[in-house]
Amino acid sequence: MGLRMNKKEVIVLQDLLGTNKKIAAEIRGQLERRGILAVNLLSSPGAGKTALLEQIALRLKTRAKMAVIEGDIETELDAERIRAKGVPAWQITTGGACHLEAKMIAKVLPGVDPDIDFLFIENVGNLVCPASYELGEHLRCVLLSTPEGDDKPKKYPKAFTTSDLLVLTKADLLPHLPFDVEKAKTEALELNPKLKIFVTSAVTGQGLDELLDYFWAMHQELQSCHA
Amino acid sequence: MHELSIVSSLFGTLLEKAREHNAGKITLVKLKVGKLSGVVPELLESAFDMYKKGTIAENACLEIEEVPLKIRCRACGKETEITNYTFFCGSCGSPDLEILQGTELFLEKIELEIDEPSSP
Repeated sequence: MGLRMNKKEVIVLQDLLGTNKKIAAEIRGQLERRGILAVNLLSSPGAGKTALLEQIALRLKTRAKMAVIEGDIETELDAERIRAKGVPAWQITTGGACHLEAKMIAKVLPGVDPDIDFLFIENVGNLVCPASYELGEHLRCVLLSTPEGDDKPKKYPKAFTTSDLLVLTKADLLPHLPFDVEKAKTEALELNPKLKIFVTSAVTGQGLDELLDYFWAMHQELQSCHA
Repeated sequence: MHELSIVSSLFGTLLEKAREHNAGKITLVKLKVGKLSGVVPELLESAFDMYKKGTIAENACLEIEEVPLKIRCRACGKETEITNYTFFCGSCGSPDLEILQGTELFLEKIELEIDEPSSP
């Protein structure tokens, strides 16, 4: 008996990011059952994600419990900065990968205190790849620092179209920079008309109370939905 | 550059499908890549070429269909293609839109060569 070669076409129709989306949905469910609001922070390197988290830690201290998952290619530096503010932090070092994936969060999650109110995930500094990976977050927050320039939303559309919030950081530098806040806002809203925009500074504290009020309101909403 | 990580998960699926169908070779892989999928087709191609060496997809042809971004306006019902990333209805200006296509990143189909015992 010989072998005959047969050609066959197989229709697959499978989402290449399907596995990641499935794990992200499981994480989101787990967090909701515990009443935890998760926020995924995206930005280019140096936009001020860790500085923003340090300020959030200081301001949330008296009214809520939070934890942070830090994503970086190498080093434990960011987690150490967060721990110095009295907040538990886990560092994921991706060893070269340019983004966090849901399975990395799933690995860390069992160690996270189930009684916290907020879980902040600081993604790897990169305005491109992290936008394609859901991590189980309820809110995706993209940061744009004023020194980067007001043209970034149009240049990196996916990070802005998939986010819920845009936090403009380093507003204290505005007097020294040609950054046009209105242009950045308008162009970001063209990409995503539902985007909530906050103009902030980790140095002067500008806009941080408004941002925290928003996170707090979202947390209350999550709790009332899953009470 | 997360294309490599996407191609790595693509190969997981490809090898699984080939096993399921008892295939000795994969000859064609067809992907659908939306304009807003966040991946660059050229980089997917390079990653695919790197990955396929020494696998049953070594001689496979990778076909990528790029899918334009299309929306339907919830206010006036008009369907338009978005080319400049401005998410307002081209007809009435409403921002209340439903994305119809353009975010997908799909393995659509594959072609396999299957070894079957021939009838005597």
